[in-house]
Amino acid sequence: MTEYDQWDEDMGKALAEAIGVEMTDEHWKAIRFLREDFKVQGETPTIRRVSTAGGIDTKQLFVLFPKKPAKKMAYIAGLPKPHGCV
Amino acid sequence: MTAVSEMIVPSFDDDVETGRKLAIICSKGSLDMAYPGLILGNAALGEGVELHLFFTFWGFDIITKGRMEDLKFSPVGNTAAHIPAALAPLPGMTSMATHMMQKSMDALEIPSVPEFLDLIVASGGHLWACQMSADMNKLKKEDLYDGVEAIINASSFIEMTEGAQLLFI
Repeated sequence: MTEYDQWDEDMGKALAEAIGVEMTDEHWKAIRFLREDFKVQGETPTIRRVSTAGGIDTKQLFVLFPKKPAKKMAYIAGLPKPHGCV
Repeated sequence: MTAVSEMIVPSFDDDVETGRKLAIICSKGSLDMAYPGLILGNAALGEGVELHLFFTFWGFDIITKGRMEDLKFSPVGNTAAHIPAALAPLPGMTSMATHMMQKSMDALEIPSVPEFLDLIVASGGHLWACQMSADMNKLKKEDLYDGVEAIINASSFIEMTEGAQLLFI
């Protein structure tokens, strides 16, 4: 996948399944935020940004996407991994 | 939608119990030396690494409620601050340098020290305070940031970080 528009939610669901994540509304809230934020900012948001700007608690992100939330969210959303340090 | 068969599925090492652990000893209390430990620790948590931060000596200011929001950066003796050595110790220089550093960090949306600790605790990191530093500063658990799990001695820290990679800052 190299183009932003190649992704759709069906694909997101398939990608999530491939890494063992079952998508719920809460998962989608995070993934949709990633997609929207990337469109505006031009880069994938970090965990902190998903929590401060996206309104999803950091602790919850570790529950939804265990161990490596930033990378897993980026993968499901079809976006590059975040570059920011914080 | 692209066929699922073409999907590249990375291994997130979920099934592997790597047991990777990182322990960071934070021994400095200046603003510029507080951040490296916090940033690296936070990055480790994001990679699924177990994290223990041990605050000792001057690093105790990072977790002391009355001081954590007011850490300073001094250009004295710091050649990388690029200020002539004779000017660095002048009155007002420390607050000016602190203000400038704070400003550039705000521009990058780097969280304040307490907010950073919140982030680390929410991500599952462990914060420990050094017993001797608490005694020297006459501070008790209630004087420290709430996320600090306990005041422990050096041997307890060594014991609990068995097999960990260790950084001293």
